[in-house]
Amino acid sequence: MIEIVEPGPLASVQDLGRPGWAALGVPRSGAFDRGAARLANRLVGNDVGAGVLEVTLGGLAFRALDAVTIALTGAPCPGLDWGIAVTLRPGTLVRLGTPVRGLRSYLAARGGLAVAPELGSCSSDLLSGIGPSPLQRGETLAVGPAPTASPSGVAAAPRSGPAEFAIHPGPRVDWFEAGALDRLTAQPWQVRTQSDRVGVRLDGAALRRVRPGELPSEPTLPGAVQVPADGRPIVFGPDAPVTGGYPVIAVLTEVALDAAAQVRPGDLVRFRLSSRLR
Amino acid sequence: MKIHRYGEHALLADLDDPHEVPVVRAALAALDGVTDAVAGAQTVLVVFEPGHEAAVRAVLDRGDFAAAWTGDPPRSVTIPVRYDGPDLAAVADAVGLTPDEVVDLHCRGSYVVRFCGFAPGFAYLDGLDERLHVPRRSDPRTSVPAGAVGIAGQFTGVYPRPSPGGWQLLGRTDLPLWDPAAPEPALLAPGTSVRFEAQ
Repeated sequence: MIEIVEPGPLASVQDLGRPGWAALGVPRSGAFDRGAARLANRLVGNDVGAGVLEVTLGGLAFRALDAVTIALTGAPCPGLDWGIAVTLRPGTLVRLGTPVRGLRSYLAARGGLAVAPELGSCSSDLLSGIGPSPLQRGETLAVGPAPTASPSGVAAAPRSGPAEFAIHPGPRVDWFEAGALDRLTAQPWQVRTQSDRVGVRLDGAALRRVRPGELPSEPTLPGAVQVPADGRPIVFGPDAPVTGGYPVIAVLTEVALDAAAQVRPGDLVRFRLSSRLR
Repeated sequence: MKIHRYGEHALLADLDDPHEVPVVRAALAALDGVTDAVAGAQTVLVVFEPGHEAAVRAVLDRGDFAAAWTGDPPRSVTIPVRYDGPDLAAVADAVGLTPDEVVDLHCRGSYVVRFCGFAPGFAYLDGLDERLHVPRRSDPRTSVPAGAVGIAGQFTGVYPRPSPGGWQLLGRTDLPLWDPAAPEPALLAPGTSVRFEAQ
């Protein structure tokens, strides 16, 4: 059992989300940086899809009420070693500082967080209100029984350097003026403060459309780069709605979507065409 | 039909006939290795596990969706409605009918869920009489109650949970539309046939 002493700006329980329900209007949700969530689980010997904490901009303080083995991945925070399993004695208080770089940190506990699933997942979907609410001060979280696998190894150093998102051209490139994809990849874009788990909103020289109006609603996925009427792209995150009415100019690769989880307001990001395009 | 790549593990099919959306979606959803098949107004997005793209493309290329649809037949639902919605009079005025005539047209329609979106369990119902095609409100409400029955453009629908919303509200039902604990959480899923009945 762990007790949340202070949740920080935003912390929630996430796993790999609830694929399979999109046809009913249910977003995938789950960890924004799926690679980091999987890694945290592997480090403590869990199944990669076990429930972990997603901590936004650090600030989380928690107490181990029993002995527990944990691992921190994603954005490195002062206060806890990054990328290695650490066993805490009962009563230990851990206080995560603000990450030096990156935005979202993932904290796995050996045994996984034991949260009642909703539609097969314990993820908090902040748009649809499915799954548990974000963590509150004083809340306790149970940890499941230890898995048979041992905690394993040490992770490679966290990603660093400016964010570059690999993309595939999207289904509605023809809604934009000729060369719009080049304009998307040629300029740096700045992350706006209104970014969250629904989408990373970007600012830069607007992408101009040649077709006015809205598309008939069409399905979208996390990683879709949607361009509303103002021409400023939004990279859809895990809690984005499953249908949208604005044209999608590009779709991020899975690795790029993990990177998109880690950009902060004010950061500059770039897009580049995926080298794996066939 | 036009097929677009949608990132590494998905394809988006643009259908020539939007009324085929439910059957194409159901055929794709039944394939091995498909994790999600999601309907839009005129499109179907299919998300697959690595290694299954060729099989998905083969079904889309063949185009024989009725044969590939091996699932259960879609269910049919009747929704009882109290037609006392705040926009009923304004809609009647805008289309040049009386409120009773609007209710009658809405009840006479036989509808099919073309797609879900906007919120979990929110279904876009195809089949609204053309005389009732009105734009959404220019001033969307910040709060619409669960069970509100509305129309917008070519679609009618029911709000499954309280939410903001811009549809023109004709009435309200007490029928629960969304229950995440149920084996089938949405009353209205793609392909479900729907009728409305005045209470």
